[in-house]
Amino acid sequence: MSELERLTARLAAVLPPDAVVTDPVRLRTYECDGLTHHRATPGVVVLPEAAEQVAAVVRLCGEHDVPFVARGSGTGLSGGALPRTDGVLIVTSRMRRILEIDIPNRRAVVEPGVTNLAITEAVRDRGYYYAPDPSSQQVCSIGGNVAENSGGAHCLKYGFTVNHVLAAEIVTPDGDIVELSAMDPGYDLLGAFIGSEGTLGIATKITVRLSRAPEAVTTLLAAFTGIEAGGRAVSAIIAAGVVPAAIEMMDALAIEAAEAAVHCRYPAGAGAVLVMELDGPHAEVEHQFAAVERICRDSGAFEIRVAASAEERAAIWRGRKSAFAAVGRISPAYIVQDGVVPRTALPRVLAGIDRLQEEYGIRVANVFHAGDGNLHPLVLFDDAVPGEAERAEAVSGRILDLCVEHGGSITGEHGVGVDKARYMPRMFTEDDLDTMQLVRCAFDPRGLANPGKVFPTPRLCGEVPGVRRGAHPLVEAGLAEQF
Amino acid sequence: MDPELIRDCVHCGFCLPTCPTYVLWGEEMDSPRGRIHLMGQHVEGTPLTDAMAGHFDACLGCMACVTACPSGVRYDRLIEQTRAVVEREHVRRPDERAIRALVFALFPYRRRLRAMRLPMRLSRRLQPFLEQVHPSLGAMAELAPGVPRPVRLPPLVRARRRRRARVGLLTGCVQGEFFPRVNAATARVLALEGCDVVIPPRQGCCGALSLHSGREAEARRFARRTIATFERAGVDAVVVNAAGCGSSMKDYAEVLAGEPAWAARAEALRTRDLAEFLVELGPVAERHPLPVTVAYHDACHLAHAQGVRAQPRELLRAIPELELREVEESAICCGSAGTYNLFQPEAARQLGDRKAERVLAAGADLLVSANPGCTMQIAASVRRAGKGEIRVAHTAEVLDASLRGLEPGMLGRSPH
Repeated sequence: MSELERLTARLAAVLPPDAVVTDPVRLRTYECDGLTHHRATPGVVVLPEAAEQVAAVVRLCGEHDVPFVARGSGTGLSGGALPRTDGVLIVTSRMRRILEIDIPNRRAVVEPGVTNLAITEAVRDRGYYYAPDPSSQQVCSIGGNVAENSGGAHCLKYGFTVNHVLAAEIVTPDGDIVELSAMDPGYDLLGAFIGSEGTLGIATKITVRLSRAPEAVTTLLAAFTGIEAGGRAVSAIIAAGVVPAAIEMMDALAIEAAEAAVHCRYPAGAGAVLVMELDGPHAEVEHQFAAVERICRDSGAFEIRVAASAEERAAIWRGRKSAFAAVGRISPAYIVQDGVVPRTALPRVLAGIDRLQEEYGIRVANVFHAGDGNLHPLVLFDDAVPGEAERAEAVSGRILDLCVEHGGSITGEHGVGVDKARYMPRMFTEDDLDTMQLVRCAFDPRGLANPGKVFPTPRLCGEVPGVRRGAHPLVEAGLAEQF
Repeated sequence: MDPELIRDCVHCGFCLPTCPTYVLWGEEMDSPRGRIHLMGQHVEGTPLTDAMAGHFDACLGCMACVTACPSGVRYDRLIEQTRAVVEREHVRRPDERAIRALVFALFPYRRRLRAMRLPMRLSRRLQPFLEQVHPSLGAMAELAPGVPRPVRLPPLVRARRRRRARVGLLTGCVQGEFFPRVNAATARVLALEGCDVVIPPRQGCCGALSLHSGREAEARRFARRTIATFERAGVDAVVVNAAGCGSSMKDYAEVLAGEPAWAARAEALRTRDLAEFLVELGPVAERHPLPVTVAYHDACHLAHAQGVRAQPRELLRAIPELELREVEESAICCGSAGTYNLFQPEAARQLGDRKAERVLAAGADLLVSANPGCTMQIAASVRRAGKGEIRVAHTAEVLDASLRGLEPGMLGRSPH
């Protein structure tokens, strides 16, 4: 009997009925998240309904030395929730109660399985909303948002998840239930936890900031003949001191996909569109709108549309928000890439992506949060054509190289997960990575929480040693302790 | 289970929050994405296990996922194909088989339904006993509506003004027997709007129940018969007032794809939902004021399967003094879903309770529902909640009352 089997036999005692999945056919439905080219059938799946149950499962994992992975709605795009065949997958989709809405203090307390959009829906009537808005907001869970420090179109002005989470109750890899708060004096442990991709524990209760819905919102769509003109407009808008709530760009191929999927009716013949949103007090929005409109025209926009109603606003956004999945309409398979470059490097990086398309014979559709230089190239391929998946994978990797070369990052908001772990050394030195491992070890000395993610090769914390021989220089120098 | 259709799913998960069973149970294998994954496993060679069949059976077929899917996955086709595979390959328990045999021998046949009038009168009193015998029988007894007086419709109702169209009316099995006043109202509204309404007296079942349960051969037989019936009637369009029937008739060409001659005839048949047809036609008859607050219920086979959401609302809003209210979570199924509430009574009751709560919260005088299954399901759920008899009327009945200048007080009073 394996340790996993021994553990599985004890799970029923700490969970409600129907909360342990062992049937092989059922288990396989959990083999991947939103990133489908990494698959692993979990050893066992549990569906807890309360923090105590999560903690009990994590403690059992510790007793049996079995790894565990947390999963929310399974929409992640870096394989952060990729299960372990030798481990437990802890799914939070049944923990979806909104526990408290506290309008005077502008906060809400929710369980991790609550969807991002559900928070906004619960407070919209009272004039509030939850600001971070990943494109998958109607389905992605807030627990997953915390794990990935998710962004979204409006993060340019309002910041990422880390700017909107005030406190979190977490189950540590030891199985303790601990409250972390942004108000805690001393180290910002909450800040360290957010974006840790499930390697430091599992959030079981999250206190989020509610934002006042802006007095005025203007959504506009500007159509350009090409990406360069659109890029020029973005730089000019930011240079003019305008901080729009969002500036999103889509290229011709991405527009074609969105058109096929949701009939968003973007202007015909557009080589690029900018979807922009301005919000704030009426006077400010009017002033900004005039500036943005002028800059777009000067940069060569041939059509500018302004949403006159909530429906028209939703229609403009529908094309952008559906773009990832919509690419399924024009290509049998695709890779969603996520990289960041300085805004000023956008034209050079896009030209580089064009060259890669030609070199490899692979199409790339571009969707990006242009305001903060966060690219989402969609690398299209047909997995039925031999070799095409590998070429797409190569293009996808080379795009990240381009980002790093231009002083950017290998991920803006999708996380590292399992997919980009191997790219980490392109951005960080071995010492950098080992230092990060020390943080991880402080929370999870035994390396049971989502092992195999984020870091390219496990090195510390009793994991299998990699290329390094001898102790870490920080440990050697007596500056850090290896657990 | 067409592997090409399965491959269209990119696993984004946008369907999850729209799926009633995912809303109830929060597990992957009871979501559209999970079910498509299970289909993929079967296509790749995993035998159809009891667990797999159970998750397919648990799908309501509400098609909310089709509306939500940005990749255009044809889950509607996939689940139909899958149900046929389940029927062929899965051996059900003897009691399940017996209940299914009973339902499919009864509901698609109006004369047999008529014979049920007396047992139905007793059924609510016998409900606890029937529930003991089998949960599906208990569900049937719980859902049974008050037995209405039969209404005899003439084979032709002439247009009341300049004729603008000649339409056929599908009377439906359950609609025709349990809600005959809906058909009468539909015919009157169409006539008042300038349509000759042909009502073929011996029309059979359209095949919706069979089609949505994987009984392919039976569905094709019903489809061919219905096509032939309305071809003989020589009409511009077939108007359907039951959402489930309308959605299956619009799929006839796909159902009969293996028989090209019939598929072509199916293609030529213009099927329209009543609300869709009336909006396309445009109103000419005078709307009299109807001072009543109305909550509109989206039937899945209307909203998701046929994309008809705006038209019924537009028709209702055009009635002077009528106040239209929305039901929260209107895109989530009420649990009726054709035969679902008979075969999966437990899940159906949970969804019914959820729907009843939200319908009551809308605080309207009258619920408008354009599908007989939903009407029975929501009425039963409200009774179960101890809130008595909810007033439910069909869009056609509300329009009829307005066109004829009737008082709203009688609308939705049972028995029909």
